[in-house]
Amino acid sequence: MAKKFELNEVEVWDGNYATSQALRQAQVDVVAAYPITPSTPIVEGYGAYKANGYVDGEFVMVESEHGAMSGCVGAAAAGGRVATATSSQGFALMTEVLYQASGMRLPIVLCVVNRSLASPLNVRGDHSDMYLGRDSGWINIDAFNAQEAYDLPLCAFKIGEHLDVRLPVMVHQDGFTTSHKAQNVRPLQDEVAYKFVGDYVPVDDMLDFSRPVTHGAQTEEDWHFEHKAKQHKALMDSTKVIDEVFKKFKDLTGREYKRVETYYMDDAEVAIVALGSSVETATLAAKQLREEEGIKAGVVAPRVFRPFPYDLIRDALDKESLKAVCCMDKSAPGGAMGALFNEVSAAAYTTQSRPMITNYIYGLGGRDFSIDEAKRIFKEQKAHADAGHITTPIQQFSGVRGPKLGFFETKRGN
Amino acid sequence: MIEIRWHSRAGQGAVTGAKGLGTVVATTGKQVQAYALYGSAKRGAAMNAYNRIDDEPITNHETKMNPDYVLVIDPALAFTDDITKNDKPTTKYIITTNLSKEELISQIPALQDKADRVYTVDAIQISLDTIGRSMPNTPILGALMKVSGMYDLDFFLDNMKKVLSKFPQKIIDANMEAITRAYNEVK
Repeated sequence: MAKKFELNEVEVWDGNYATSQALRQAQVDVVAAYPITPSTPIVEGYGAYKANGYVDGEFVMVESEHGAMSGCVGAAAAGGRVATATSSQGFALMTEVLYQASGMRLPIVLCVVNRSLASPLNVRGDHSDMYLGRDSGWINIDAFNAQEAYDLPLCAFKIGEHLDVRLPVMVHQDGFTTSHKAQNVRPLQDEVAYKFVGDYVPVDDMLDFSRPVTHGAQTEEDWHFEHKAKQHKALMDSTKVIDEVFKKFKDLTGREYKRVETYYMDDAEVAIVALGSSVETATLAAKQLREEEGIKAGVVAPRVFRPFPYDLIRDALDKESLKAVCCMDKSAPGGAMGALFNEVSAAAYTTQSRPMITNYIYGLGGRDFSIDEAKRIFKEQKAHADAGHITTPIQQFSGVRGPKLGFFETKRGN
Repeated sequence: MIEIRWHSRAGQGAVTGAKGLGTVVATTGKQVQAYALYGSAKRGAAMNAYNRIDDEPITNHETKMNPDYVLVIDPALAFTDDITKNDKPTTKYIITTNLSKEELISQIPALQDKADRVYTVDAIQISLDTIGRSMPNTPILGALMKVSGMYDLDFFLDNMKKVLSKFPQKIIDANMEAITRAYNEVK
């Protein structure tokens, strides 16, 4: 029986440690892991809990991230609660197996500490890895600070393992900015956290010898499409369970999560849409701009990146007051507009108000995102609003040296 | 909001010091951030650590800050780092050195119009004398308590004991002595 961990009402934890504590409290049966910066302390912490008797489950050291996710798939198919953590190149190496996990409907929790992808090699935070996995059929939840890096993995087990969902779940946090920044965190006591997550309920587990099942089957044109369609439907329908779990978490802790978070949006004229820790910085900039210059700025943030909350993004943007929106993508777009721009634009296209939408690529390789830069971007949106048309190229780069980059123009106001 | 920037070398304990300070401050109901800017830094590489302290939840994730206090825990970094970067007219500097304050300031042009805001303490020597190795992170916090008046010494010592509780008693005692000496010796 695992030992109880003494916890204060308020701890000062960084995002990595907060996540490792959540995994410990969920009493995961198997963690198969291969360490990589900046997510290493999650599995390092978990290994220490195991060595010191705070965890009953197995900790499996493997030879690569491909092996780590393969170990997770095997353990989950066998019928256990399973989790691991990774970043960047490790995530890239896992990618093949990510699709196996979701296709086999195995509710693994993967804690992704977001980091850029080489080349050039870089250990700092951007969302390249998050974007690489966005079509892999996993539920994607995003933590903006250390408290959320503790709360959301607890929710992730409950969401993914729900009998109406049975899908793997990623919980993202920003490398270094969140993972290595200690902040006040209010943890739950062990028994409260475990009771919230609940006992694992195996479904079609391979170790149930009285009822043999096949995992990892091959289907060609006769059945593959039906499987993928069902899988997509399960992902799209998971919103109901996500909302329910967030509601239960709020009832327990008072901390409220929504699939789309909105800040100062009631009367906003201009808005930033972003992911990760930048959401908090941009929200602070919006607050200051309102006080200092009377600019009605607001922030919209998809808490759940997959399934993409088209409905709630539309609700957030469908306001008569809202004129200009900037979608901020922290990943090299590779010859396209940023993913957030594309998806938010698709949602906004169905609104009555049709705000002008532009795209900034920012923060690559951990480039600092400042309050002043957020204010400058809000003011640029205000200039679009005042002019009645987009006054800059649609896609620009924020905080990059060298000649100013801009792509695509439009003459249309809205 | 109080902002603190540490100038350190990887291995001197700035991250531990910043987290320790954050943990003590959080026990008084305040909100804290403790973070560091390092990537693949190896022992000895120059690096920065940071603290923010406020009454309200801290949502600013910008790395850059305009520090109220600059803690330099390696003597050479006072000469080679840009320790006055993004400072304010009120920024206070606490620098570990074996030089007198006058000698130090005379050799660092950037500090010459800020002499009334520069404080010195030999945190390296204090840690060698007490802890037995060069570990200037805890003594510099003693000096910070004196210069800032943030908490009285006994309160800070009591709370740092809890932060260090996983260490053997001998090491805890040595750190308490180091903090006390730096508190008394900072000029």
